[in-house]
Amino acid sequence: MAMSRDEVFQKVQGVLVDALGVDEEEVTLNATLMGDLGAESIDFLDIVFRLEKAFGMKVPREELFPAEGLLNNPELISNGKLTAKGLAELRARVPHTDLTEFEKDPSVSKIADLFTVNAIVNYVDSKMNRG
Amino acid sequence: MRWIWIDKFTEFESGRQAVAVKNVTLAEEHLHDHFPGFPVLPECLMIEAMAQTAGILVGEAGNFQEKVVLAKIGKAVFFDYVTPGDTLRIEAKLGTIAPEAASTTGRITRGDQIIAEVDLMFSHIDHNLAGKKFPEENFVFTGAITSLLRDFALGGAEADSRGRESPG
Repeated sequence: MAMSRDEVFQKVQGVLVDALGVDEEEVTLNATLMGDLGAESIDFLDIVFRLEKAFGMKVPREELFPAEGLLNNPELISNGKLTAKGLAELRARVPHTDLTEFEKDPSVSKIADLFTVNAIVNYVDSKMNRG
Repeated sequence: MRWIWIDKFTEFESGRQAVAVKNVTLAEEHLHDHFPGFPVLPECLMIEAMAQTAGILVGEAGNFQEKVVLAKIGKAVFFDYVTPGDTLRIEAKLGTIAPEAASTTGRITRGDQIIAEVDLMFSHIDHNLAGKKFPEENFVFTGAITSLLRDFALGGAEADSRGRESPG
């Protein structure tokens, strides 16, 4: 079933309002899940469960939030920053996310900023409309 | 589970839904303080009743192998006071269950009146909280819950007490 990007965004917005107890106006495309919307780790699973229900599709957690898995790997992180290898790995894992800003200062603490509403919309959009 | 707050299960459909009852009595000391002359069941204890009902539903779905811990109260809405003498019916439905967590929805009724709606999430803590080690034994589900499930023969639960031979 094809869905416009705007329809996807509206549904994602509804999911985030329910999962995080935030107001609709707060859920903008650029909002970060942890910084702006106050998401904690269990919320990520809640969001995955609710997206699956709302869009009727399987959402593997590591596909939607792929950067999570990088954080425990010493090969990919050095002194609190992603190594070149780590960056390459991240790029491969998050094709739906714009990394230009992040690459200037690839601090681990900034990885949280990559989880934006936009990244979720991109993910769902590509999955719905390109299989 | 360190303490039992519900009285027993009256329905249990593995991996789908469960119903438990809780009888509220003035013998519960906290009702004397909450409030003096006006005993009302604290709403947090209705959430606890749902957490136990839904938590055991989630645990049983995994044959009580996982350490199931309440992780999030997604929704808790209350519609009326609960007072001593009330019998609460606690209905929990399993929403999604994944290796690391599960979500449930539920409602609490008294007779045909809805008292509360409570949606929860549970974490299977061995699959979360990376790097933290927990004791081998399942400290969440101890023998005490078998008495709650006494009317049901479930895969993961011990044989119920009614299976004993009667004396003499």
